Amino acid sequence: MNSVVLSWRYAWANPLSAALNVVTLALGLGALAFILLAEQRVTQALERDVAGIDVVVGAKGSPLQLILAGVYHLDVPPGNIALSDVEALRQHPQVAQLIPLSLGDNVGGHRIVGTTPDYVALYGGQLASGHLWAQPMQAVLGAQVADHLGLAVGDRFVGLHGLAAGGHGHGDMPYTVVGVLRPSGSVLDRLALTATESVWAVHEADMAQDDEDRAALAAERDITLALIRYTTPLAAVTFPRWVNTGTDMQAAAPAYELSRLLRLLGAGTDVLRALAVALVAVAGLSVFLALWQAVRERRADLALLRLLGAGPRKVAGLLLAEALWLAFLACGLGLLLAQGLMTALPLLMPPEAAGLVASHRWPLQLWGVPALALGVALLAAALPAWGAYRVDVAHLLNAPA
Amino acid sequence: MIRAQGLVAAHPGGPFMAFPDVDLPQGGVLLLRGPSGSGKSTWLALVAGLMSPAQGSLTVADTVLAPVGSSSPVGAARDVWRARHVGLLPQKLHLSAALTVAQNLALVHWAAGVPAQPHQVDDALAALGVADLAGSRPHKLSVGQVQRVALARAVLLRPPVLLADEPTASLDDGAARAALALLLTTARQSQASLVLATHDARVVQALQQAQLEEGIFLKEMCLQRNAEKRGQL
Repeated sequence: MNSVVLSWRYAWANPLSAALNVVTLALGLGALAFILLAEQRVTQALERDVAGIDVVVGAKGSPLQLILAGVYHLDVPPGNIALSDVEALRQHPQVAQLIPLSLGDNVGGHRIVGTTPDYVALYGGQLASGHLWAQPMQAVLGAQVADHLGLAVGDRFVGLHGLAAGGHGHGDMPYTVVGVLRPSGSVLDRLALTATESVWAVHEADMAQDDEDRAALAAERDITLALIRYTTPLAAVTFPRWVNTGTDMQAAAPAYELSRLLRLLGAGTDVLRALAVALVAVAGLSVFLALWQAVRERRADLALLRLLGAGPRKVAGLLLAEALWLAFLACGLGLLLAQGLMTALPLLMPPEAAGLVASHRWPLQLWGVPALALGVALLAAALPAWGAYRVDVAHLLNAPA
Repeated sequence: MIRAQGLVAAHPGGPFMAFPDVDLPQGGVLLLRGPSGSGKSTWLALVAGLMSPAQGSLTVADTVLAPVGSSSPVGAARDVWRARHVGLLPQKLHLSAALTVAQNLALVHWAAGVPAQPHQVDDALAALGVADLAGSRPHKLSVGQVQRVALARAVLLRPPVLLADEPTASLDDGAARAALALLLTTARQSQASLVLATHDARVVQALQQAQLEEGIFLKEMCLQRNAEKRGQL
């Protein structure tokens, strides 16, 4: 029997109190771990989706809305921009690449995005089957979309008007699935991609009564927004100002809007984090009380250990090991709890947001949870261990029977 | 063996206590008599190395405990020394409630810092006729069984010195006789010196009888209730 086994037996001498302490501490640590995980995953997902996009140009409105709509596909876009304006943007010397996005329809709640193959390349999307669209009314589905709707290459589907599920169908213009993307962890997973021309065709067919209408609509063609990469980082200074003051459009820098968004979210997570820390502190106090109680109740036990030849350090170490056992169990249970919640979370969220938390890597900050458990254990055990260190051995000799 | 000369103990903040000299050869029995409060437990604490004397010289099991010399164990070394050389039966025969009987005995190995030896535990329990209790919890044991288990624990590492503090307190005549016989037999089997601290007349009688009938080497040391007065420095 060594100290590890012995401290385990002592820790469970009072199973109810030990279990309660483990559970309390696990709840605190679990809450903290969950907040860390969720925060990190959301941040990671948000940052991954803005990579490679220097500026988003769309109709005038809220810049944050433009980013949420154009990059993350969470919000509705502020409006459309005319094709001629887009051409002017494309000709601008500071624009290296322009990817047009046309929004407006959905399939089963997943957005149908009219764009160019550059959009797939932007996120490094790779085909799991089929090929990219070559002509209008061909669609490539993100991994989640294909999975969710049970569609495969060769299947047909009808786009519904609007960005959320529901809306009236464009029954006479069905799309044909020509490719399915591999899961990439990016926003592509939850989109249905097609050519910009498809979106035009669907809506013109819907609205036009005759050829004259069709010609008029073709002349007024527009897109929803444009994702732009600069030729030089210096453009960040002048280009947005040129768009915002010189055109009817607005330019929003995703990096800036993202940090603004994270600051807004951050205030909320700070409160949650403080709550979790308070929970851990309370649990630490309860472990301390349990150990302190144990030292008082087991004064005779501890004196006996000293009597049998265990040095004061060994006896104090036993108390410490007991606290570490509780912390270790609570830490394991807490992390399990947090991971369980993280796994369950996407099921509770709307499908377009679920992608934000789906990840399986644990962030480095999560090491803070075992570190905190260790700290709490050491702190809670410090005074009881000191009491055990100083326990009076003669006490046992002099104690009345 | 135990050899003490001019031993004076001082409790922190308390009175001084002076003890008579004693020279007990290995294997002998020392009857430590005196009413309660006369310093029997203090003397046992000195011999067990739980306390250091303020004055005098003390040698236990060929180890000089006082005056402190180069070979005297101090600090943690004294705890280790006690584990190997002194078997203690305190007045309150405490067994840890969180552990089984066998685990209570295994505690000795842990405390002494030696590898676990389950066979030794089994043998010690068997020698005292309580092998079948190995898996039991202490609260299920009778007083007599607790005594046997505590004795098994005290002699587990075969210490050369066995100290028993009021081993017959709160026992009826029959049980007291049995407990005493058990102690004497166990001490003889492991050739240990035995110290019996008691104010129980039955023990005195029984020991004197054993001296006559079995020829045990018996010494007596009497302490007075006012021992501390004699020791006032």
